[in-house]
Amino acid sequence: MSFQTSKQNGVVIVDVDGQLIVGNRQELKQKVLDELEGGDRKFLIDFANTGYIDSSGLGVLVSLSKKIREQGGELRLANLNEDLRTLFELTKLDTLFNIADSREEALQNF
Amino acid sequence: MRDQETKAATFAFDVPSDVQAIESTVADLVARCRAAAFDGPRLTFNFRIGVTEALANAMLYGNRGDAHKPVRVELLLETTRVVVRVRDQGNGFNPHAVPDPTLECNLERPGGRGVFLLRKLMDEVRYNDQGNEVQLVLVRTMPPRGQR
Repeated sequence: MSFQTSKQNGVVIVDVDGQLIVGNRQELKQKVLDELEGGDRKFLIDFANTGYIDSSGLGVLVSLSKKIREQGGELRLANLNEDLRTLFELTKLDTLFNIADSREEALQNF
Repeated sequence: MRDQETKAATFAFDVPSDVQAIESTVADLVARCRAAAFDGPRLTFNFRIGVTEALANAMLYGNRGDAHKPVRVELLLETTRVVVRVRDQGNGFNPHAVPDPTLECNLERPGGRGVFLLRKLMDEVRYNDQGNEVQLVLVRTMPPRGQR
């Protein structure tokens, strides 16, 4: 599992390869916070290659979203498969995040 | 019906209270399930998240991250269902006292979704009286090979 970071049109994009769970959530959090401290304000996390997310993974997304918003920025999510989308709907976190079907859609009007 | 519930295989082992051990432990359990012909999205999604939650709760809250306190894991592969028991060495907790994380006032809380997800993703979640052991059950949606 790993997190690959890139930048496109001023948006920091993080690809989650594998799982986002209690064992690696801090790694993702630190990567995003480092970029936030460096001045970036627009973030997109792409789950196209993600197997599953546990409650700790959801928690770190909630936490990051709040921190980014407090700095005047925004966190968007993209490419949730059917299971992952169900997870967000079950927890009602789909109401908290801007979730796009694709990376391109997420980058529009960002 | 009783015959169908006969245990087909049981595995039991200890895992150190180290969250880095969770992914490999879950992968090992998934492999054992697959070897017993339990496969599909309920294994790759519901089972993996459910067991991850149970292990994380046991390690972080039950054993308070003390690597010297192992978590006991039991996997029972039955004909009609898969059962996982996870037991820590803590004092237990009251699972009924966990607040609903989907309430608007709790939505932005980073924690508190583990027990909720267990209940949503598993077919049965049962705690012992002390609250330091959880039993997770997933009913097989397909009969095992050879019985279809």
